[in-house]
Amino acid sequence: MTPALRELEILFPKGLLHRPGELAPYESDALTAFRARPLAVVLPESHEEVVAAVRWCQKHRIPYVARGSGTSLSGGSLPVEGGIVIALNRMNRLLRLDPKERTAVVQPGFINLQVSLAAAPYGLYYAPDPSSQPVSTIGGNLAFNSGGAHCLKYGMTSNHVLGAKVVLPDGETASLGSESLEGVGPDWLGLFVGSEGLLGIATEVTLRLLPKPEAYHTVLAAYDTLEKAGEAVAAVVASGILPGAMEIMDSLAIEAAEAAVGAGYPREARALLIVELEGEAPEVEAEAHHLEQVIRSSGAYEVRVAQSEAERMKIWKGRKAAFSAVGRLSPDYIVQDGVVPRSKLGQALAEIERLSERYGLRVANVFHAGDGNLHPLILYNGRVPGELERAEELAGEILRLCVALGGSITGEHGVGMEKRAYMPEMFSPTDLEAMRRIRQALDPLELSNRGKMFPGGEPRPPSGPHPLERAGVIVRE
Amino acid sequence: MNSLRPTHPKEVQEAVRSHPRLLPRGGGSKPALSSPKEGQVALELTGLSGVLEYNPGEYVVVARAGTALAELEALLRAHGQYLPFDPPFVGQGATLGGTVAAGLSGPMRNRYGGVRDFILGVEFVDGLGNLVRGGGKVVKNAAGFDLPKLMVGSLGRLGVLTELAFKVFPYPKATATLKVAFPNLGEALEALYRLAASPIELYALDLVPPNSLVLRLGGLPEALPARLERLEGFLGRRGERLQEEAEKAYWEGVRDLRDFGEGYLVKVALTPRHIPALEARLGAAPRRYMSAGHLLYLAWSGPVEALDEALRAEGLPGLILRGVVANPRIGLNSEGTFGLKVTAALDPEGRFERYAAPN
Repeated sequence: MTPALRELEILFPKGLLHRPGELAPYESDALTAFRARPLAVVLPESHEEVVAAVRWCQKHRIPYVARGSGTSLSGGSLPVEGGIVIALNRMNRLLRLDPKERTAVVQPGFINLQVSLAAAPYGLYYAPDPSSQPVSTIGGNLAFNSGGAHCLKYGMTSNHVLGAKVVLPDGETASLGSESLEGVGPDWLGLFVGSEGLLGIATEVTLRLLPKPEAYHTVLAAYDTLEKAGEAVAAVVASGILPGAMEIMDSLAIEAAEAAVGAGYPREARALLIVELEGEAPEVEAEAHHLEQVIRSSGAYEVRVAQSEAERMKIWKGRKAAFSAVGRLSPDYIVQDGVVPRSKLGQALAEIERLSERYGLRVANVFHAGDGNLHPLILYNGRVPGELERAEELAGEILRLCVALGGSITGEHGVGMEKRAYMPEMFSPTDLEAMRRIRQALDPLELSNRGKMFPGGEPRPPSGPHPLERAGVIVRE
Repeated sequence: MNSLRPTHPKEVQEAVRSHPRLLPRGGGSKPALSSPKEGQVALELTGLSGVLEYNPGEYVVVARAGTALAELEALLRAHGQYLPFDPPFVGQGATLGGTVAAGLSGPMRNRYGGVRDFILGVEFVDGLGNLVRGGGKVVKNAAGFDLPKLMVGSLGRLGVLTELAFKVFPYPKATATLKVAFPNLGEALEALYRLAASPIELYALDLVPPNSLVLRLGGLPEALPARLERLEGFLGRRGERLQEEAEKAYWEGVRDLRDFGEGYLVKVALTPRHIPALEARLGAAPRRYMSAGHLLYLAWSGPVEALDEALRAEGLPGLILRGVVANPRIGLNSEGTFGLKVTAALDPEGRFERYAAPN
């Protein structure tokens, strides 16, 4: 053990991991193709301990990454090789819940779904609902400005964080935002949320809670082409109805979801559209009438309306399980989350299909149709030499396609490690330089989550099968 | 007074590079923020005007920062859409850029959120004269630092806004308003809390001192009568109903902050918890609490120092919009090193007014 590490052990007598076996679970996040071995993992239990860890890193010029449950799909919580992982899982308490002011104050390791569960007795909930919500933490959601199925109407994480106590890269503490929905002066909190851990670590987060809608109306429509489902979305938008969510799944995603959770979807459908209205009962009832007409004339060959909360949850279960379900169809997959203008959805999907054929790799599509946020899942087998590289190349083409159509390389997963090379597709050198100046003003040594978001930087960590897998110790289904 | 009127972002870049101190200015509807001080060159941005992209099916509009809100609003209305943060001073000539820089939203922000919740993309000239873009032109985007949000409320201190992209929504097909008087402030506040925690979806939830709530419903016309009944049932009292043209005219007046009379016009960010103590301090100042008690606009005729002190005592930040003052930021200003460092990164030479905290 080096003197520096011994120093860290004194700071974290019960919260330091540094043996290889202890580090293994932290080497990777949900972007499993990437892996890096940190020097150590610390498990702070308080704001002061996060400050101590950051100051230690600053003193020894060692890069670090804050981590929650490690569900980042963009490699956002991937360690820096030889750096420190500040794992916030022990800071997992709900500090305050104020039903009258409709706020919750949580530590960063608190789980997204737990916020809504804690608020439920008061008829309140926390709106952002990434598919990872049963496991992902508020700290990670904040760092990556997580989305979910309801973003068009309710916005992303950034629209639901009122305030945060943060540890800046120099170890100082800052308080950003307030309890008010309004502010005076530049929106510093708005900059901090979604900064992917590059500007500091949140240790206390004030969230805004919303009243639970009185009524839902959830429609599942099956189509014989993806195009018809896409046109149905455009027709809903044109009708002036603003649904809480509009989701589309293609046949491969339907197959996977059915195999995984048996949601009861029409298996032979080429595309499924889920539209959910929510709000005051009389309004939802009136809107449902209009929606019915729109869907009826959209060419759906089967339409189901959830008749109970159980039926509604079943429809959503299949959709929410789609990502992990695709794991059943293929040993590995890459998920992209590029965004295109809604009117370009059909064009984007046709192009993705063409690319899929050209690369000889299957692509399943599950997407937030209401906001043009695609989720192509590129299936590959990491054990076949060259297949990961082909999958990444295909993923890159999809990102470029999204930018060319006027969209974005990421709607909700963030840039992280995965998409940093594509930032120049979207932003000019001047744009990136301005962002980098902000980064360096707060973190001149670029220690905080080094190597993420900006192109270049640290060399990419090794990829391919896990060393234990290569050694035959573990196997994948 | 020295002033420049660029008509292209390139001219804004040149202006920034060639003048040591500048003050960007839009329609001049918020004179406390747009009157140049000694040594400042005014950068008149109304020449940087026009809608650049608008496809109603995308719910996105992109326009130059000097575009008048009135012009944009007319275009959106023609397609049944609107800016859901409901910006004020439309009738007084406010521009998009000035609205973002001042960080202003109006009564209907209650339904879907404020200007920070609807800004998608930004192009601005930083203090070095670089033309920088952040965000995007689609309704959902998580790439790069959220520079669009950073600019909300920035008062021109981080750069000169040249182009903005917003998310827009369909305007409700019908609206109706209920004015309800309560016996006292306490009961009005209690009703405000109950409404805000209920599933009743209000486009506006305003508290008008001393003891009234003004509630605006929106949606499909066939559901409105039932919803109004339910609303009165929920409150346990009847109200005065406003409908049709009278209702629309009423809210346009409210939104443009027209009925506040003389004095300093001030925005305060707060939560409803602060209302009782503020009410005890504000005397006869005309005022209105919007968005379930999170946004206060008031007119102050006394010395500005007294208001500054009152807001400090309550721990609230305020922004003077109208009236001549040395520093429009009053009340709590707890800005720390985070803000100072970000400001220095974007304007290292200090070309823009910083409105530093007086304390």
